[in-house]
Amino acid sequence: MTELVKVKNLHKSFGTLDVLKGINLTVEAGETVVLLGSSGSGKSTLLRCINFMETPTEGRVYLNGEAVGDDVNGKMRYKEADLCKLRSRIGMVFQHFNLFPHMSVLQNVMEGQITVLGRRQEEAKDKSMAQLQRVGLAEKASEYPSRLSGGQKQRVAIARALAMDPEVMLFDEVTSALDPELVGEVLKTMRQLAEEGMTMICVTHELGFAYHVANRVLFLNQGEIHEEGQPQALLKTPKTQRMREFLDGHALFKLPE
Amino acid sequence: MEWNFAPVLGSMDILLLGLLNTLKVTGLALLFGVPLGLGLALSRLSQMRILSMVAAFIIEFFRTTPPLVQLFWFFFAFPILFGVNMTPFTTAIVTFSIQSSAFFAEIFRSGIQSIDKGQWEGSKAIGMTRNQTLRRVILPQAVKRMIPAFMERSIELLKTTTLVSTIAYTDLMYQANDIAQRTFRPLEVYTVIAVIYFLLIFVFSQLSIVVERRLAKSGEGTVH
Repeated sequence: MTELVKVKNLHKSFGTLDVLKGINLTVEAGETVVLLGSSGSGKSTLLRCINFMETPTEGRVYLNGEAVGDDVNGKMRYKEADLCKLRSRIGMVFQHFNLFPHMSVLQNVMEGQITVLGRRQEEAKDKSMAQLQRVGLAEKASEYPSRLSGGQKQRVAIARALAMDPEVMLFDEVTSALDPELVGEVLKTMRQLAEEGMTMICVTHELGFAYHVANRVLFLNQGEIHEEGQPQALLKTPKTQRMREFLDGHALFKLPE
Repeated sequence: MEWNFAPVLGSMDILLLGLLNTLKVTGLALLFGVPLGLGLALSRLSQMRILSMVAAFIIEFFRTTPPLVQLFWFFFAFPILFGVNMTPFTTAIVTFSIQSSAFFAEIFRSGIQSIDKGQWEGSKAIGMTRNQTLRRVILPQAVKRMIPAFMERSIELLKTTTLVSTIAYTDLMYQANDIAQRTFRPLEVYTVIAVIYFLLIFVFSQLSIVVERRLAKSGEGTVH
C-alpha cells in the first residue's frame, strides 16, 4: 500500500482560535476515509489544509510521498505556483457546488483541463463527456447550471473535479445543502467512485454512508482526532463518552425498526 | 420676444462639427478610461499593500476633485511642471480618461466584489491562479452586472465634457457659445443644443434599457 496523503502534526489557528491542534493522518491509495465531528471540531479545516485552500499554521502535508512547500530554517514557505499545481492534483467538491454559472455544464468540466492542464479542446471535451457519463449527466452537457437540480449540480461538480485526473478527492459536506430526496443520488455517485478505487476523504454527516462505504472513520473533537477505527465497530460501539453523545444526537429521531 | 431659428439653422454645420468633437472626446475618454479603470481596480484589490494604496489614492483624488479644476490643472499647471505643450484636445482626453477611469475603477471593484466567494473557491480548487480566475470566472460575470452602472457613468461623462469649452476646445458647447455671440441669438442656440444633448442621451439611455432587459432575460442570474 502506498501512502497517498500524509498529514504530520498539523496545526491551524485563525487569530487566537486554535482550530486544529496537531493532527496526524495517513491515507493510503484506494482508501475512503470519513471525517465526523460536530461543527467547529475542525473537520472542514483539516480537509481544506490538505489542498491548501487554507495554509496550515504548523505541520507538514505530503502528497504521494512528496512534501508540500520548502522548509526554510524551520519555517515553511509555500510558492503560489506550487500550490496551484498541488490543487490541480487534488479534487475538491464543496457544499455549495461552486459551479460557474456563465458556462454550460460541459464548459464547467472542461475549464480546468484547458486553463490549468493545458489540454487541447478536443481532448478536454472527450474527457469531460466521459466524466459526465460516469456521473450520469451526459445528456445535460449543454445546459447551464441554473437549469439543474441541486443533486445534478453536485454531480457536475464531481465530474469537474474528476476530469482533472486527481490523485485524491476531498468532499466537504457535499450533501448538506441538498433536499433530502436528492442526497441519495450524490451518495450513490460517491459510493461508485469509492468502489472504483478512488482515494477519498469525506467530511459528512451521513452516518449511513460512513458505515457502508468508509474503510476508516475519524471522529474529530476540538481540533484533535478523538477516536478512529473501522466504521462498523466505531459507529456501533464507540469507546468514548463524547463520541457516544455525538452519535446519539444523530439518532435522536430514528424511525422505529 | 420672438423666436428666430434662421441664424442657428444657418450655422448647423458648425454645431454638427461641435457635436462630432463632443463625441470624439467622450469616445476616446471611454476607450482609455475603461482599461485604465480596470487596471486601477485590480491594483486596488491587489494583495500588495503599496500598489493598493497608490491606486486607492488616485481613485479617491480624481473622484473628489471637481472636473473643472482637473481640466484647468492639466491645461495650465501640467505644462509648467513638465515643460510640455498641452493642446485643448490632449488636455480634454487626458483629463477625462483619468477622471472617468477613477469612476470606472469603482464600478469594476464593486462588480468584482459582488461575485460570490464560492466562485473563487471553485476556481482555486481546480488549480487556477488568481489571474486565471479573474479572467475566466470573475470578470465575465462581474462585467454583466456592471453594465447598468457603466452606462450611467458614460452618460455622466458625456455631460461633463461640456467643460472642455472653457479651455477653447471646439465641442458642441463651445460652438454654441460662439454662434450665440456672433448672432445675438442665445435663446435659440442654447435651446437647440439642449435638444441635441437631450436626444443624444435619451437614445443612449433607451439603448441601455434594452441591453439591461436583454441581459436580465438571458438568465443565469443565480450564482450557484
